[in-house]
Amino acid sequence: MNILVLVKEVPDMEKVKFDQEKGVVDRSSAEAEINPFDENALQAAVDQKEKEQKNVTVTVMTMGPQRAEKTLRDAYARGADKGVLLTDRKFGGSDTCATAKTLAAAIRKIGNFDLILCGEKSVDGDTAQVGAEVAEFLDIPHAYYVEEIRNLDHDSVQVTIENIGGDRQVRTMKLPALIGVTKNISRPKLPTVNRKLESLTIQVETITLQDLNGFMSEEECGFKGSPTKVSKIEIPKEVKKNNQVFREDFTAFLQSVTDVLTEKGIV
Amino acid sequence: MCKGMDNKKQRGILVIAEQSNGEIHKVSYELLNKGRELAEQRNMPLDCLLLGGDGIPAEELNYRGAQTVYYMKDSIFSTLEEYTYKKNIVAFIEEKEPEIVLIGATNFGRSLAPRIAAALCTGLTADCTDLQINDEGRLIQIRPAFSDHLFAHIKTVKNPQMATVRYKEFAEAKRDLKNLENIIFVKPYFKQTSKSTVDEMIALDDFDITEAEVIVAGGRGIRRKEDLAMLEELAKVLGGKVGVSRALVDAGMAESSAQVGYSGNRVKPKVYIACGISGAPQHLAGMKDSQVIIAVNSDPSAPIFQIADYGYVGDLYEVIPQFTRQLRKEDAVK
Ligand SMILES: Cc1cc2nc3c(=O)[nH]c(=O)nc-3n(C[C@H](O)[C@H](O)[C@H](O)COP(=O)(O)OP(=O)(O)OC[C@H]3O[C@@H](n4cnc5c(N)ncnc54)[C@H](O)[C@@H]3O)c2cc1C
Ligand SMILES: Nc1ncnc2c1ncn2[C@@H]1O[C@H](COP(=O)(O)O)[C@@H](O)[C@H]1O
Repeated sequence: MNILVLVKEVPDMEKVKFDQEKGVVDRSSAEAEINPFDENALQAAVDQKEKEQKNVTVTVMTMGPQRAEKTLRDAYARGADKGVLLTDRKFGGSDTCATAKTLAAAIRKIGNFDLILCGEKSVDGDTAQVGAEVAEFLDIPHAYYVEEIRNLDHDSVQVTIENIGGDRQVRTMKLPALIGVTKNISRPKLPTVNRKLESLTIQVETITLQDLNGFMSEEECGFKGSPTKVSKIEIPKEVKKNNQVFREDFTAFLQSVTDVLTEKGIV
Repeated sequence: MCKGMDNKKQRGILVIAEQSNGEIHKVSYELLNKGRELAEQRNMPLDCLLLGGDGIPAEELNYRGAQTVYYMKDSIFSTLEEYTYKKNIVAFIEEKEPEIVLIGATNFGRSLAPRIAAALCTGLTADCTDLQINDEGRLIQIRPAFSDHLFAHIKTVKNPQMATVRYKEFAEAKRDLKNLENIIFVKPYFKQTSKSTVDEMIALDDFDITEAEVIVAGGRGIRRKEDLAMLEELAKVLGGKVGVSRALVDAGMAESSAQVGYSGNRVKPKVYIACGISGAPQHLAGMKDSQVIIAVNSDPSAPIFQIADYGYVGDLYEVIPQFTRQLRKEDAVK
């Protein structure tokens, strides 16, 4: 059983700075880390490996700059077996469509994956689109908002979807299939020291556009292959509310709150 | 991997309505409202596609402004399953060639829309909070990104231009019974796929925090699960529901259906009362658009006070019960 986990490297959201005047994200202001939701996807895959001692191989794949290799080593430390890095100048400027196409091309090239996992969304791109688009380009079924892998055997996977149209749904998909997971699917564990040390020496497979020859063309990738274009970025000024914070005077606080509750027709 | 359309003859706006268990989701009416505005600017038709089983009141979509409602009626659409939906919607779009396609950013919409966009080889902008038409007549899609830290204006250079739109971002279109009923029934192009089957649907209980008008939310300031009863009582007096920060979900003190924030529910109640919540950006992302925000926190420097309309620096274990008592007293007087 070959499981592939798609992981993205993102800036640490607690630290990253935004330049309001220029409308840009200062990526140098924060270190890059593995997208938090992808940690859940990775752990879910590793859990499958540990469960029932299935013969499971977990591969992680990321598309990004050369330095994203670090994220793959990190994933190894957390229990993955192999890392694949898609990197090429020509991949730069990809929107979700071009990203998904590139990932799908690499998946086809490597071949032989039974189950593909991705995170609910990336905290920078924030679209939650890449997974389903990859599934479409591979013409395989997918499910999003998966909170549980109920059963995984050699030709199908049964999952529980947290909420779709107000229902919890149990679904069975033929393999290969793709699932997007929520944070509730697993509890990411910290890497062991041993794995961490080992991760520094593993071989990471690198794939460039040239390697995808026959699976995608140059026109389909990067900025050129992206049907959406960002025309402007706005970084909203922090709203300073005309607020009232009370400390000792509980009665005054109560009065203000009761007034506004009355105004809103609540009491 | 996909062909895509040439950008010439497409015309009109298509809203994909959402239904579950035969009931039309209100986001469909919101899309029709915004769609109407855009359609008038471009002098284009505004139509709606509805997939579902028997007996859905499709004419409602006409009353809310859709000129033609295409109703693809078949029992296979009674279960929400992306693969079958996608195949049929893509075939429909390829036939009708709309210039703009709008879908609600509900869980199902967000899962379905990217498949449709990829199949049509076009772009998709997720989770839009506003839509405009620029001088060239193209759609400007405005959406938050970077965990809500910035807003991006996005154009799509191919057709159809596709966007998913957040629920409760626009007002619902007014219901006008003078609008002509105009429903065209469409046969499904594809029947169920064998690749993906729905085994079971379990109705979630009625608890839907996004519909509450008042939310009393607790964070790590709540020390034990039992103490949430204190918030329940206040919520009861105010006719509201109890929400929580992720800290309480992670601690196993609450269900994730009650979680407010970036990885939980986005809520926009009339009144949001945050009790023992520090106000991390990921929490604010889910509640900052509430009409009135009230915060109780023992730490005067907690960021939640920056966005609260009314704040009280104090121990929630004292403040909340007293607040509840006071409200009950006033109730009794009336
Ligand atoms: C990818 C990602 C997604 C996330 N998504 C979400 C999300 O959807 N929702 C969410 O909430 N968080 C989310 N988080 C977590 C978020 O960053 C914070 O960790 C979390 O919101 C903190 O919860 P809290 O405010 O309850 O706890 P804390 O930050 O620990 O704050 C507790 C507050 O309670 C106050 N307090 C303590 N005792 C009392 C008392 N007796 N009376 C009054 N006040 C008291 C303290 O002063 C403090 O301000 C996410 C994080 C990541 C990385
Ligand atoms: N550049 C990338 N490389 C690998 N996986 C990605 C990449 N971008 C997105 N993904 C995957 O797709 C998911 C959704 O991302 P997004 O559509 O950006 O919100 C992420 O959680 C990842 O699993």
